[in-house]
Amino acid sequence: MEWETVIGLEIHVQLSTQTKIFSGASTAFGAEPNTQACAVDLALPGTLPVFNENAQRMAIMFGLAINAEIGKRAVFERKNYFYPDLPKGYQTTQLEKPVVGEGYVDITTDDGSRRVRIHHAHLEEDAGKSLHEDFHGMSGIDLNRAGTPLIEIVSEPDMRTSKEASEYARKVHAIVTTLGICDGNMAEGSMRCDCNVSIRPKGQEEYGTRTELKNINSFRFIERAIDTEVARQIDLIEDGGTVVQETRLYDPDRNETRSMRSKEDANDYRYFPCPDLLPVVVDDEYVEAIRATLPELPDARRERFISEYSLSEYDAGVLSAYRPQADYYEAVVAASKDAKLAANWVMGELAKNLNANDTDIKESPVNAEQLGGLLQRIKDNTISGNIAKKVFEHMWSEGGTADEIIEAKGLKQVTDTGAIEKVIDEVIANSTSQVEQYKAAEPDKRGKMIGFFMGQVMKATGGKANPGAVTGLLKKKLDALCD
Amino acid sequence: MHTKSLTELAADLASGAVSSTELTQAYLDRIAALDSQYNSFITTTPEIALAQAKAADEARAAGQAGTYTGLPIAHKDLFCTEGVRTSCGSKMLDNFESPYDATVVAKFKAAGAVMLGKTNMDEFAMGSSNESSFYGASRNPWDTNRVPGGSSGGSAAAVAARLTPAATGSDTGGSIRQPAALCGITGIKPTYGRVSRYGMVAYASSLDQGGPMAQSAEDCALMLNVMAGFDKMDSTSSQRDVEDYSAKLNDSISGLRIGVPKEYMSDDLDPLIAERVQAGIKELEKLGATVKEISLPRTRMSIPAYYIIAPAEASSNLSRFDGVRYGHRCENPKDLMDLYTRTRKEGFGAEVKRRIMVGTYALCAGYYDAYYNKAQQIRRLIQQDFLAAFNEVDLILGPTTPHPAFKIGEKNNDPVSMYMEDIFTLSLNLAGLPGMSVPCGTVEGLPVGMQLIGNYFDEARLLNVAHQFQQVTDWHKQTPAGI
Amino acid sequence: MSLDQSDVERIAYLARLAIDEQDIPQYTENLSSILQLVDEMQAIDTTGVEPLAHPLDGEQRLRVDEVSEMNQREQLQSVAPATEEGLFLVPKVIE
Repeated sequence: MEWETVIGLEIHVQLSTQTKIFSGASTAFGAEPNTQACAVDLALPGTLPVFNENAQRMAIMFGLAINAEIGKRAVFERKNYFYPDLPKGYQTTQLEKPVVGEGYVDITTDDGSRRVRIHHAHLEEDAGKSLHEDFHGMSGIDLNRAGTPLIEIVSEPDMRTSKEASEYARKVHAIVTTLGICDGNMAEGSMRCDCNVSIRPKGQEEYGTRTELKNINSFRFIERAIDTEVARQIDLIEDGGTVVQETRLYDPDRNETRSMRSKEDANDYRYFPCPDLLPVVVDDEYVEAIRATLPELPDARRERFISEYSLSEYDAGVLSAYRPQADYYEAVVAASKDAKLAANWVMGELAKNLNANDTDIKESPVNAEQLGGLLQRIKDNTISGNIAKKVFEHMWSEGGTADEIIEAKGLKQVTDTGAIEKVIDEVIANSTSQVEQYKAAEPDKRGKMIGFFMGQVMKATGGKANPGAVTGLLKKKLDALCD
Repeated sequence: MHTKSLTELAADLASGAVSSTELTQAYLDRIAALDSQYNSFITTTPEIALAQAKAADEARAAGQAGTYTGLPIAHKDLFCTEGVRTSCGSKMLDNFESPYDATVVAKFKAAGAVMLGKTNMDEFAMGSSNESSFYGASRNPWDTNRVPGGSSGGSAAAVAARLTPAATGSDTGGSIRQPAALCGITGIKPTYGRVSRYGMVAYASSLDQGGPMAQSAEDCALMLNVMAGFDKMDSTSSQRDVEDYSAKLNDSISGLRIGVPKEYMSDDLDPLIAERVQAGIKELEKLGATVKEISLPRTRMSIPAYYIIAPAEASSNLSRFDGVRYGHRCENPKDLMDLYTRTRKEGFGAEVKRRIMVGTYALCAGYYDAYYNKAQQIRRLIQQDFLAAFNEVDLILGPTTPHPAFKIGEKNNDPVSMYMEDIFTLSLNLAGLPGMSVPCGTVEGLPVGMQLIGNYFDEARLLNVAHQFQQVTDWHKQTPAGI
Repeated sequence: MSLDQSDVERIAYLARLAIDEQDIPQYTENLSSILQLVDEMQAIDTTGVEPLAHPLDGEQRLRVDEVSEMNQREQLQSVAPATEEGLFLVPKVIE
């Protein structure tokens, strides 16, 4: 039987506010346990929440970016359940009246493009963390994360392949980082995905029973987890079994999903409007003021990169996906006046070095002005592409401008034809057998043989000779010998 | 000295007739000598009191005294007091020394008040008799075999026995007004949002409101001047300007339109109380008020609505008591479930458990609409009844309770008959309106109270009317035999 | 509405309250009588009535996003039943 996969995502995005959603404690990552958990975060008796304006503003920014209706009267509700990382015994969240209503994002994969509808996005508070190192058989609870603002973005089950799911997650990532409402650091849990996965026979309208894959924190794992789960469901059904609706955990080490039985006890969350918080009312003026501050979004920027810089769709997509990278790229274009060369370098040499050193582009040791200056020297033939790579390496490790490095290292390209001719004459004089071979060869094979002489000349000039000039002169002189 | 009112003591402090230290020592001595009869205090704080008294005397000597400087006060034991046990009348918090001050407590501190101690109360403010206190029932000074009312029973008993000139209380369904009535003192529940709830351990968040309890309306005005006002830590706190509640006390009430709800003067009411209330109405008429019968048709419905909404909110508010971060924790929990269920079983008393269970049930998925939502709809209807009445009258008047104080143990096994005692007080909390109880006579030697209900934020008018009434009556000056 | 024993057990489970076997009948009776009382509400027609969640029908005030709470771990954990290395200890949490 041919199966179709149906996927919906719930993405939790930590908002990059300074303080918690309902308290004035810091949200900075990596602090000592419980040093950023104040009386409100600890749910001390008598404490009360006060809502962070910035969390509201950021949620509305997201809503506007996905063309959604903004909830004019959002209501916080309590989701009641007991867990040690949930100090109040309820999570404050939105249910009936979320801040962001229906919207959509468009994604493109090799299979074409698709519109993924977003059912809604709501604001809620994050929980703390349970640490399972051995404290005499006990767990340790750190509540620093408790109360960090989240938006949960709930998609419709509109995706059909794991690739689409990861592409959708990437798009959401691109939007929230472009908006500057999330640092996008998935390794630190700033963005976490729950994937709802089911299968159905191709052509069938009705959905199959779905499972929920919890807390996946990389794009690659989204694909692998879904693929693994789909394979499991197909095997199960084809062996005569049925899929059970449950929450499953993806184990990347074993590349398998397994049931989280402990969370399966039938709960009843007893939602009701939080009596400690009043409805959050926004007017059009407030929303429009936020709209006016929105930066250029990834889709628009990609289109502009294509039209303004004549980039390929692929290059434009990559460069526009992450705002700091897109900003960097545009700064390099401005400094170098060569959009294509800038794209090659940002996606090539720079990305290679950033990856190898696990460095974000925001922390790149080579800034856009430095790289732009380097590209200018390629363009004006001061140095060759290969020399430029050496200059770049030096820039990366030692700093400095392209001109300083070229000067200090004497890397300036030799364009003086007199000097080059002198070297060529020496090479020809010292390579009698190769010259004989060249002369003996058919004229149309000779082009390839120039490589050897080229190498010798470059070796003798330390790579500084202008390759175009060398090729022309070599050809002229060798061909003269053949006559 | 102990029979003097707060206002009189303020004058004595100002004139230098007595020092705060002398005054404080006199009350501490009375508490030490007499409170074993009343059990009105859970904790006394003599060291803190004497230190604050000394500071108050020094401030006065330095010419920095305000109206409240050096005046003693007792706080209901649900107001968090830094470094002092805040038990809420519960075993759950028997070991809880709050790390912070409630806003109300901080305001009294800032005003120079002297804290004598923390008063007894029904556990987590759930009760109308004080019998649910972990520390044993407080006793009514008018007859120590009878209840002082609840939940602010300790505060009422302490003021009635003149162990303190003033005490704070909180009122969720009548918890200031009912014990004030049963103990022959004056108490006011302000408009919801007038007094900050920050640091006041929550019972039912949308109903709870702190307020003053003292001998007279004049004294309550003095206290409310300290307590009332916007608090940025409480989202439900009103930003409306605070009046000087003492300023209008002496205004004439001639022309005041009083409405008496026929539903309050019903068969449920003890006829002797009805008589006392009628006598009180006559006094007000003599002062120039006009009286007419009005109708609050949904009065009876306030009982079921309240006994859904309050337990529902309580069930969620009390989830934080889980033995993880503070408060009682059971010995050697074998697993997480055991930690929760045994801690909560041991820490909460019977009435608290009953209300948590009712509230839990009412919020369950299948029952939410029939119970919680229905109750909130009825709540709106009750509010509409009041608003309609206030189109015709300036103030509503009736009895505070249907009966005088009952005997300790009389209603222990019958929660529903206990709930019926709240019939005249609950609807104000549902609507959020201010109300006060003023002594208006005795029935078989037991005091009874007359309830004044005002429109939103009309506390100054309530206090004015009550003060005028107390200028022509002396019920508020009467004390139990031997005091 | 009256409850049976299994309702009471389920509610107690949701509320994380251990109750003794012998107390269940008493709870069942008490809770049933309370529910009977509150069932009086059903006599009132509330069609189209907007529920009143807050007495003042107000709007949420928004807080400026500035850090106001500094580390108070020592003081806040002074009332905690069990801590180690700044963490609150609980019986092993099984994920």
